[in-house]
Amino acid sequence: MSWETERLEKAKQIIEMYPQKRSALGPLLYLAQDKDGYISNESIVEISGLIGITEVQVQSVASFYSMYKQEPTGKYLLSVCKSISCEISNSSDVINSVKNFTGLSNNETDDENFFTYESVECIGACGGAPAIQINYETVEGLTPDKAVDLCKWLKEEEPEIVVADELQDKFGGVKSFDWAIADNNGATSPVPGFQTYDTSKEKK
Amino acid sequence: MKETLLLTKHMRENPEDSHSLKSYEKNGGYESVKKVLKSGTPEEVLQEIKDSNIRGRGGAGFPTGVKWGFLAEDEERYLVINGDESEPGTFKDRILLERDPHQLIEGMIITCFAANISKAFIYIRGEYAKPARRVQSAIEEAYEKGYLGKNIFGSSMNLDIVVHLGAGAYICGEETALLNSLEGRRGEPRLKPPFFPAVKGLYNKPTLVNNVETISSVPWIMSNSGKDYSSLGVEGSTGTRIFSLSGHINNPGNYEIEMGSSFGEFVDTLGKGVKNKAIKAYIPGGASAPWLRGDQLDVKMTIDDVANEGSMLGSGAVVMMDEDTNLVLAAKSLVSFFAHESCGQCTPCREGTTWLENILERVASGRGRLSDIDLLLDVCDNISPGLSWPPKMTTICPLGPSATASIVSLMKDFRSEVEVLLPKKVVIG
Repeated sequence: MSWETERLEKAKQIIEMYPQKRSALGPLLYLAQDKDGYISNESIVEISGLIGITEVQVQSVASFYSMYKQEPTGKYLLSVCKSISCEISNSSDVINSVKNFTGLSNNETDDENFFTYESVECIGACGGAPAIQINYETVEGLTPDKAVDLCKWLKEEEPEIVVADELQDKFGGVKSFDWAIADNNGATSPVPGFQTYDTSKEKK
Repeated sequence: MKETLLLTKHMRENPEDSHSLKSYEKNGGYESVKKVLKSGTPEEVLQEIKDSNIRGRGGAGFPTGVKWGFLAEDEERYLVINGDESEPGTFKDRILLERDPHQLIEGMIITCFAANISKAFIYIRGEYAKPARRVQSAIEEAYEKGYLGKNIFGSSMNLDIVVHLGAGAYICGEETALLNSLEGRRGEPRLKPPFFPAVKGLYNKPTLVNNVETISSVPWIMSNSGKDYSSLGVEGSTGTRIFSLSGHINNPGNYEIEMGSSFGEFVDTLGKGVKNKAIKAYIPGGASAPWLRGDQLDVKMTIDDVANEGSMLGSGAVVMMDEDTNLVLAAKSLVSFFAHESCGQCTPCREGTTWLENILERVASGRGRLSDIDLLLDVCDNISPGLSWPPKMTTICPLGPSATASIVSLMKDFRSEVEVLLPKKVVIG
């Protein structure tokens, strides 16, 4: 399915921010993933037309970066960090508890398209290890039990907007630093919630 | 030992809204740039930065003033802020972006004034969604006030800033890979020469690429002076630095200190010690840095002192590993990171890091072979001949050679931890 008018408008605005059209490729891939949960062939065709490079060039870039997904992802992307500070803070226990609860292996999505699980490299939350991201919203100071509670809560609440501060408050522990005042902005899909890309919203 | 707060003072004292323009201005923000635009010259700014002796805070520690001096003449030049912070253990730029974005913007305006630049980018790693949102909001506030855009602060200067999100590739912290990424390409590092960013950078135009912390230091330097800045810290490592402390530590976090005290003092006072245990080893400067042993805690936290010990201060990420740490698993985690993040351009890195990961995997799980220690070191030697530090290169960028650091550390100082996992040699007859 081709892109709706609103998304095309957004794409054009983004392209105009750059001296050369091709620079918009990364952001446009996020728009694509926001639409379908992954980089679909239809979106590749759309983007190729928008910035004037070939479809193969679009795909070659999309496949290079781990945050552009080649397969459909669920509504909530669970990314557990396994890099050094998390590793020595028992992230493997958190990984096992999330895997057990969801029944998923690395890079798998459940049948309901609800959860996608992945273990990832450093997410910059080392002072609050072990840490997880839900749709790229960070939660620090996790325990295996809290990780399961978090997954259960997502199942029950099905929040439309995933907000780091809310999750941290409910399920997090030690933080990398003082987050100071609560922020109500968050992600609306499994891409980084960022106002310029229309992928974030404020939770009222 | 105490912190010296230059970059993190405002956020500490105003936790309720340090990211807002209101709070920043109430506490003297944007005064520095106003002064510069009113009565300063680009040459004067450059001289202050040179006088400050500040060295890049991204990891390589290149003198910032010298870097600025290299920028080639051209009608079209760019400033790109490197906020791709992805070195395991590092989370200092995250706090600067999230808690004090206007400080960075002010530093960028001054930098662009000094370098006659009217278009700048902030490249933020994709995983830093919240920090990116804060920066974008700050930019919008600045535009509204006329601090960005055309004729900023009523001067003849124009400046536009675009925030660009990365997408999960550590390699994009390497400046030429970052530029490729920003151009909408795969994040593969470019060959230097000819692609020195200061000469052939973004869109082949002269480009300054500076770290978030480096440019966030500029407002302080300009509202005080380069000499004031250089009087802090020690020679060769002037000013303050934000260290990210993590691992087995009672009080992890970001600490802004003057360089020059010892790791041990840092860990005991600000970090409140290691949880009732002795330290077996620690990483002094991010995943790329060779480890130091627990009996090397008296090493001074300066770029040169750590280099003299055969490691590096790198990105300022200090990771403590206590006596119970399984160092083989720690090394495996680090090597897996590099294997995952290798861009694939250069054979020694692409193949070598995967080999190292596979061998360590089987050693850690008790399926190691007698020959594995030699094999690990041989593969390391193929990536970085001689296994010295700083590492010799067979690759375009230092990612591959950095992957050898943890293995070489493990073999040099903790070899017995690997040996016990290997089968015993049986002598027949």
